[in-house]
Amino acid sequence: MKRLVIANCGGFWGDDPTAPRRQVEGGPIDYLVMDYLAEVTMALLQKQRARQPGTGYPADFLSHLRDVLPACVQRGIRIITNAGGVNPLGCRAAVNALANDLGIADRVKVGIVLGDDLYGSLDTLLSSGEPLVNMDTGQALSEIRAKVLSANAYIGAAGIVNALERGANVIITGRVADAAVALAPMMHEFGWSQTDWDHLAAGIVAGHIIECGTQCTGGNFTDWPLVKTYRRMGFPLVEVEEDGSFVVTKHPNTGGLVSVHTVAEQIVYEIGPPAYLTPDVVARFDSVTLEQEGPDRVRVTGARGEPAPAKLKVSISYHAGWRAFGRLLVSGPEALAKANKVAEAFWDCAGGRSAYDQALHQFIGWNACHAPLAACEPGEVLVQFAVRDSDERKINTRFAPQIVPRVLGTVPGITYIADQGRPRASEVVAFWPALVSRDAVTQRVIIGDEDIAI
Amino acid sequence: MPSDQRTVRVPLIRLCLARSGDKGDTANIGVIARSEAIYEWILEHLTPAFVKRHFDDLCQGEVERFELPNLLAVNFLLHRSLGGGGTLSLLLDAQGKTYSQFLLAAEVEVPEELIHADSRNAHQQE
Repeated sequence: MKRLVIANCGGFWGDDPTAPRRQVEGGPIDYLVMDYLAEVTMALLQKQRARQPGTGYPADFLSHLRDVLPACVQRGIRIITNAGGVNPLGCRAAVNALANDLGIADRVKVGIVLGDDLYGSLDTLLSSGEPLVNMDTGQALSEIRAKVLSANAYIGAAGIVNALERGANVIITGRVADAAVALAPMMHEFGWSQTDWDHLAAGIVAGHIIECGTQCTGGNFTDWPLVKTYRRMGFPLVEVEEDGSFVVTKHPNTGGLVSVHTVAEQIVYEIGPPAYLTPDVVARFDSVTLEQEGPDRVRVTGARGEPAPAKLKVSISYHAGWRAFGRLLVSGPEALAKANKVAEAFWDCAGGRSAYDQALHQFIGWNACHAPLAACEPGEVLVQFAVRDSDERKINTRFAPQIVPRVLGTVPGITYIADQGRPRASEVVAFWPALVSRDAVTQRVIIGDEDIAI
Repeated sequence: MPSDQRTVRVPLIRLCLARSGDKGDTANIGVIARSEAIYEWILEHLTPAFVKRHFDDLCQGEVERFELPNLLAVNFLLHRSLGGGGTLSLLLDAQGKTYSQFLLAAEVEVPEELIHADSRNAHQQE
């Protein structure tokens, strides 16, 4: 029976840069999937591309690819990544140049999946009867239309599957559903159809479990004392069988832990109702069974799926003002009382909290993440001041310059954070979740000069 | 429960595991029971109202609960709990990453046998 090994090598753009190489060199794998696109990333990339047309994709991808591409082409490992950002064609040019540089251009066949980027067609969509109202608030897009920075539909696995069928070994997409990069190779290898709901659901569950990297292999785990070491944390692998059952594991001699509990915690991570909506299938997260098959091996079986939803999710980013943070460390004794005094004095000097659209301070070390756990007095408190406002200049001239003077001009025993500098306002990019008809989004797959709409 | 049953006061971490994250201004906390008996206890006692009370300062909206009996898990959605969410929020933990740990610190009164049955898996072994 055919078994497919899919390796994840990072849960976000900025994850451990040694992971791609470790996943390729640590043992046999068939596919390497790489994730670079947080929601906010699309806005940053769209801006980058506006300034400089060849850019618009995460450049880190190229250094990661340099580490693994020769070994991947030699061993027949195929790479699937959303590193195309808002410019998959630009990313392809860079990958081809890299392959040339490495002397393996003849063995690299890049496939590009397009169709997610709706930034240039927003007005056409609006006038064709796609209202793109905010799913959470019901507001019309017209309220923020002028401030839109990017707009991308979360597309499904079909384009990647097409590229695999046409022989691509490096597949670059823009925004796709996170779990689609793992589902696509299963559909391709096992011949699962686009209405094979239970199998598709299994692929989505597998993709969801590994999409946050080490969060399923012992990271961020409640029973942390059970994890022997975090050194050389093992990134996740799924070994998938044709019937959709799979094992979550990691390479030998790596840190971390794969147990029923580490996997279960990740299944319930950032989900809503147990009917988990994706462009390809509604996966029932309340259907799967977990079983410890061996050390660091958890078998997942029984996934059930339901027909895919009628609409696709769109993430629209827009400019939403400016914000800044500033911090002062107040030492004890009486750290809390002194911190309160400093906060009062600071806001007075900065024009008052009501001068800003939003303003607050939090006591890190006491109550910044949630309400205090202990009744005892903290030894020291890091006071974090924060403001958000539509006026960048107000933040830079009234808020920012008033942080450091409080060291000299208020209570005793405040120390300034050395590497902080004077705070500066940074742009706030906010998100507008919406839905769009499937008909409004067409995936295109380009390999070489061959451009096919699917 | 029978009136002669002995109870103990313990933090929730003795009964379950949890992980939290965000979707916009909504935090989710997935809670996994350490045994089937504990799962039954959770269904009865770890209610949306309990969670809403515990997150009184942070949660401005409704709390919803979904059941995943296959994983002995329930999933809570805490609406309007992240100061606007994502990049809009001025909160230090704008993604609710720490909310699971805070929930697990909540103290509850439970039948003693619920704890003893699962001591081998408990977070802090005694």
